[in-house]
Amino acid sequence: MAEANEKFDLVIEPGRLGRNYWLDLWRFRELFLFLAWRDILVRYKQTIIGLAWSIIRPLLTMIVFTIIFGRVAKLPSEGVPYAILVYAAMLPWQFFSTSFSDASNSLITNANMLTKIYFPRLIIPVSTVIVNFVDFMISLLILIGLMIWYQFVPPLTILFLPLFLVLTLIIIAGSGLYIASLNVKYRDFKFIVPFVVQFGLYISPVGFSSTVIPEKWRLLYSLNPMVGVIDGFRWCILGGNNHIYMPGLLLSITVTLFLLFYGIWYFRKTERSFADII
Amino acid sequence: MSVVIKAEQLSKSYIIRHHGEKRHDALRDVITENVKGTLLKTKSLFSGKSGFPSNSREEFWALDDINFEVLKGDRVGVIGRNGAGKSTLLKLLSRITEPTVGKISINGRIASLLEVGTGFHAELSGRENVYLNGAILGMHRTEIRKKFDEIVAFAEVEKFLDTPVKRYSSGMYVRLAFAVAAYLESEILVVDEVLAVGDTEFQKKCLGKMQNVSREEGRTVLFVSHNMAAISKLCNKGILLNKGRIVKDSDIGTVVDTYISTCFKNDSYLMEGGNSDKEIYFERIFLSRDKIQPINTFSFSDDIFCIFEINGRKLNKETTLTFIVRDRNLNPIFSEHHLVKEIKGRLIATIPMKILLPGKYYLQSMLHIPNVRFLDNNEEYISFSVEETGSKNAIYNADLGFVNIPVLWEEK
Repeated sequence: MAEANEKFDLVIEPGRLGRNYWLDLWRFRELFLFLAWRDILVRYKQTIIGLAWSIIRPLLTMIVFTIIFGRVAKLPSEGVPYAILVYAAMLPWQFFSTSFSDASNSLITNANMLTKIYFPRLIIPVSTVIVNFVDFMISLLILIGLMIWYQFVPPLTILFLPLFLVLTLIIIAGSGLYIASLNVKYRDFKFIVPFVVQFGLYISPVGFSSTVIPEKWRLLYSLNPMVGVIDGFRWCILGGNNHIYMPGLLLSITVTLFLLFYGIWYFRKTERSFADII
Repeated sequence: MSVVIKAEQLSKSYIIRHHGEKRHDALRDVITENVKGTLLKTKSLFSGKSGFPSNSREEFWALDDINFEVLKGDRVGVIGRNGAGKSTLLKLLSRITEPTVGKISINGRIASLLEVGTGFHAELSGRENVYLNGAILGMHRTEIRKKFDEIVAFAEVEKFLDTPVKRYSSGMYVRLAFAVAAYLESEILVVDEVLAVGDTEFQKKCLGKMQNVSREEGRTVLFVSHNMAAISKLCNKGILLNKGRIVKDSDIGTVVDTYISTCFKNDSYLMEGGNSDKEIYFERIFLSRDKIQPINTFSFSDDIFCIFEINGRKLNKETTLTFIVRDRNLNPIFSEHHLVKEIKGRLIATIPMKILLPGKYYLQSMLHIPNVRFLDNNEEYISFSVEETGSKNAIYNADLGFVNIPVLWEEK
């Protein structure tokens, strides 16, 4: 047999583990949903009110926010119901913060799978994002309920909402992948993540409008990619006075894209040693 | 026959880090050392390089220059002692980790079962877990649906399909998990010691299924086990590994024989010259009839004295001597534990006469702190045999087990 002519389906060599990566990702596409489906099924097992939790959680947070920022801190609401002002920002923020912390732990909680079976590792953190996306959609329904309650008619700009949703997804994917792979090696991040999420809430314009930031600092402020997203959400949902600060948005988009590519690059680079060090 | 798996110069190294090797004489040194270390670590964090730079690193080759070929339809048994590199080889084949050097070429879809029930979730029902596990193994939903009934029938869990698997007995759990993997459509099946769990009946069933898979469907099977009986039955080829290298690659009979005879120094009834680097070690182990003369053949009505001579420099209050008596296929028959009280001395364990039935046995011995670490894990098993000199089984020409127990009878 002429060995040189032999064709093999798969060649495993150092550094070539990821050659069919994107193809494999496609082959395992159903796993994204299966893992997300598992997490959703499991989350409300052995709870009495079950799925109702997914509505109660964001609702409670919104009420707390409205009271603290609207009543106690007395921040300006720019003529829109304060609850909606807060809620419009809380939607992307909640989505980001829960996805970010879930993704950071995802590889470790699934360590058993990583060391026993092959599949593109990217699936694990991404599927946690899908779970949180479901929560996001539920929260969106609550927002609609809120609008009906306050008899608030959203402006036409709401048609741009999907664009900002995509931007949120990109931020989550980039930062989530990066933090997930870091966490595999350095468990220090287990302590850093909750801090980032806490702190991020105060430096992002969730409880206030970003117009309270002095004009000269706004560009610098937009380095935080969530600023662009949150302002975008406000603009889409509330319209009116919530103008988009264009240079800031462009900066946010640039930072976001950088985050995405860096996140994927770092993940792919460290992924091959996950099973050895986890 | 075409080659389905071909490994060339396959090697895998791991970095082992040693702790507590550095000595700091002054607090100043400690601080500078730590600051330097932290800076380096932070640097490596952002550059994505494999971090933790340290002098106390050592390379360990779990697999070292492995070359072999597997033909289509072969059933290959991979055997070797603990730490020989079997699991690493399977991990490389399954693409869980990548080789350091060399390459593996594979023809056909490969399914690996390194553990039963990977990804099973205790809270989910049997039905849900079949779909989930199937997806993790790379099956499509339609494929799982098509085989669902067969899987459930094989696992014998029809009645409990909608019960969370946390309420399953361990046997049911293993059966279901194995079934999913066994019905995976793949040309190559890689199986690690999964049959160690589950009852005998099910083990037989799994072995049968694996045989079917190979003989009738022409699939290739790679199988790791310590159970020589199962390996001999299932496999036609064997690969023997020792310390990361291939010792023998041949038909299964030869390989199993080599394993038993070379790895366990056949008829070495005396073990001498332990490793004096260790804090406590065996200086000499032998079997005797009179506590003086080492011998390796006993009669059924002999007391067997196992003599362990221990030496060392440090004794932990939990240091335990354990010995295991194994049958000719290295399955454990019984074991005994004894707390070591003297750092230097001779311990004699007596296996009373008329306990071990005639046959060939191996004695494995180790010094350890239970569940913490091994102090001296003697790798050479001592072989000995018990000759038939009138046991109650003497008149039967059959395999009647290994031990004689003084059973009491009553007749009324």
